[in-house]
Amino acid sequence: MALTPDDWSAVWLTLKLASLVTLLLLIVGTPIAWWLARTRSRLRNVIGAVVALPIVLPPTVLGFYLLIVMGPQGPVGQLTDALGLGRLPFTFAGLVVASVFYSLPFVVQPIQNAFMAMGERPLEVAATLRASPWEGFFHVALPLARPGFITAAVLGFAHTVGEFGVVLMIGGNIPGKTQVLSVQIYNHVEAIEYAQAHGLAAGLVAFSFVVLLALYTLGGARNTLGAGQ
Amino acid sequence: MSGLFLQCRLPLADFVLDADLTLPGRGVTALFGPSGSGKTTLLRCVAGLARAAGRVDINGECWQDDARRIFLPTHQRPLGYVFQEASLFAHLSVRANLEFGLKRIPAAERKVGWDAAMDLLGIGHLLARGPDKLSGGERQRVAIARALLTSPRLLLMDEPLAALDAKRKQEILPYLERLHDELAIPILYVSHSPDEVARLADHLVLLDQGRVTASGPTAELLARLDLPLALDEDAAVLVDTQVVGHDEEYHLTRLAFSGGTIKVTRKALEVGARARIKIQARDVSIALTGDNRSSIVNRLPARIRGFGDAAHPAQCLVSLDACGTPLLARITRLSKDQLGLQEGMPVVVQIKSVALLA
Repeated sequence: MALTPDDWSAVWLTLKLASLVTLLLLIVGTPIAWWLARTRSRLRNVIGAVVALPIVLPPTVLGFYLLIVMGPQGPVGQLTDALGLGRLPFTFAGLVVASVFYSLPFVVQPIQNAFMAMGERPLEVAATLRASPWEGFFHVALPLARPGFITAAVLGFAHTVGEFGVVLMIGGNIPGKTQVLSVQIYNHVEAIEYAQAHGLAAGLVAFSFVVLLALYTLGGARNTLGAGQ
Repeated sequence: MSGLFLQCRLPLADFVLDADLTLPGRGVTALFGPSGSGKTTLLRCVAGLARAAGRVDINGECWQDDARRIFLPTHQRPLGYVFQEASLFAHLSVRANLEFGLKRIPAAERKVGWDAAMDLLGIGHLLARGPDKLSGGERQRVAIARALLTSPRLLLMDEPLAALDAKRKQEILPYLERLHDELAIPILYVSHSPDEVARLADHLVLLDQGRVTASGPTAELLARLDLPLALDEDAAVLVDTQVVGHDEEYHLTRLAFSGGTIKVTRKALEVGARARIKIQARDVSIALTGDNRSSIVNRLPARIRGFGDAAHPAQCLVSLDACGTPLLARITRLSKDQLGLQEGMPVVVQIKSVALLA
């Protein structure tokens, strides 16, 4: 049951997608998590609920609306058209954007929990030692929240690898562009190529197990996992 | 202008913190009061960690003045802050913790040297360790050194000993006394322990429900019957004395003050040195004349200034004047009536024990 070139292409595409999405999520998710952990604004619960939506929504619902928003009639679609970027649906870029939304809560929540567990005190201490708020953030808050960031990165990566519904809605099934692992497995099963499906599916099971095992062994992830889901 | 001027007004959950204080610009000032009286909040307002309405002026430097719209954020105030619980950064070694503040101070403004801080707090051997490998007392000493290394112009200490057991307290108190004696940095020290106050504070501020009930030299306030300090089990007075001689045969040291001479067990002090002693009210008894024989060595003539309530209804407090030095005695009401003690009466006080503080 050697993997076909299309299979390998799907594996590579999936890893590329998950890495890029994880990186973007850490950049986007950290300020959101920081804000959610520290704000006293009444908007806190609203934003928190919006961020958490992908946890409860069927991925097809999320994919459907993203498709509409990014499509020719949607505001984002018209914007990308106007900027000469073309349209996002059925492209790798579209897949990246959709995945960022889809995996956002899995990155924001562990980081937010880590910031909240740390409390205000370390930052106050930093301020009494002449550190500006930015220095306090980079030299105290980020290092202290490190376990949260590790959990967030692993969960964000793994969750992106495992997405299916959103990919189908927004990316379709284009080899080399949007045909990721989960979709390729579906293709094999449709074509009754069970051996091929096994190759990829078993690989994915092993991968997920190793990731979670590493997470639990490194420690610090148990609480965050429990709280995030 | 020398001195600390604090005007802070801040509504809290149960009361309004409303303090207007002028404090000496040097030495240790203790903020004393029961838990929840606003001591810590006042300290946080001085640090800029909490924002009260008012003014904060530290030896001529303005940190906050609402009238002039000045409010320096905490990291721009040249202060040191020691928190109640250990506040070392868990991700940094002891050395990196100490350097965290130090490296932000321009070399020209460093007045407290690295070696001096290591010596003063005795932490030179701990540098390579992580904070989790230190005892509670060691952690607090590192936290104090870390604050000192920023060469602060005001040191704020929020019950730095509260989280420690009695043994660790005794381990750290001598270091605090050295801070007081060797550095010219004014210290605001929050405490609810009369013992710490007596040992460390030159000036005392009493807070209750966010209001200042008294502010003055520690020795003066401790001897007042109308303040809650007198109700404490450990009510005591402080007396500043001078060493006038030693009695080699009986291993005693003689300390003189305005009210006479007191003998204490031999201390390694030079003649002429100043010594502050603490005399607890429970260790002072009263006799009508000095001619009864007893084992008590220290007897002084004094005059009764007045009476006050003690915590227990069986007892009362007697305020005494020993030729200008205030003393406190706690005796039973029964003795008071049996001896017929009255205001203005000359008596003899018998002092059972004396603690030498510094």
